[in-house]
Amino acid sequence: MKLRRDIFQAISDPTRRAILVLLTSQTMTAGSIAEKFDAARPTISKHIQILNECDLVEANQKGREIYYELKVEKMKEIDMWLAQFRAIWENRFNQLDNVLETLKKDNDEK
Amino acid sequence: MKNSLLFNFSVDKENKTINIKREFNAELELVWRAWTTPEILDQWWAPKPYHIETKRLNLEVGGMWLYAMVSPKNEKTWCKADYKTITTNKLLSWLDAFCDENGNENTVKPRSLWTNHFSEKNEVTLVDITLKHDRLEDIETLLEMGFKEGFTSGLKNLDEYLQIQKNRSNT
Repeated sequence: MKLRRDIFQAISDPTRRAILVLLTSQTMTAGSIAEKFDAARPTISKHIQILNECDLVEANQKGREIYYELKVEKMKEIDMWLAQFRAIWENRFNQLDNVLETLKKDNDEK
Repeated sequence: MKNSLLFNFSVDKENKTINIKREFNAELELVWRAWTTPEILDQWWAPKPYHIETKRLNLEVGGMWLYAMVSPKNEKTWCKADYKTITTNKLLSWLDAFCDENGNENTVKPRSLWTNHFSEKNEVTLVDITLKHDRLEDIETLLEMGFKEGFTSGLKNLDEYLQIQKNRSNT
């Protein structure tokens, strides 16, 4: 049975986020990823496995090695999701900026 | 100058929280007033093209801020904040809900527990907001609701609004 995992669970962990960042510039083997961390190799492998199950990274066999690659499309989904919610707040706070400016002027005039 | 102000938005699904940090180019007392005074809240709390109308605001622990979110078609959705902790100029926390016009809550929207910390450094005020939820799905429900009600579609209107404000303050 394949575990149903959610992409937000995947990115809620700092090590997994760091792995995603590493993979933005290059494809890497599990071994070369693990070298960048202090954690034990099985721990890192587990993180990679979760990212793989969430479809955020893809495993490609090249010769004897397995290289991991970032799946940019899936990453964009996260972006979209957050961007929508973020936009609501941005809107609200921009309005507050304006209100504060007005209040400051009123204060100065008094 | 606006661009250099911090705006940080993050979702922590493990802890079922949303965290938002935002700096404002104003002194602490003014920002606190903007968050706790009905006449000022009415000017900024609703994302365009909505606006809000406060029915009453009782700033004390156990007190309530009751307001209507008003759509461009003049449809009203009643919302409230039940104040939990108030430390003037420092901390403001409340539990939100959708409700009727008398403040009787319903279960349409998952409730969020808001904890807002206020602090000032070099005349810039930081508001650190945490929304805590009972269940993981609540965060997704919130997003879908905001989306459905067209909060984000109003971003263009915001540009116009800002321009009007600017023109006003220039004349």
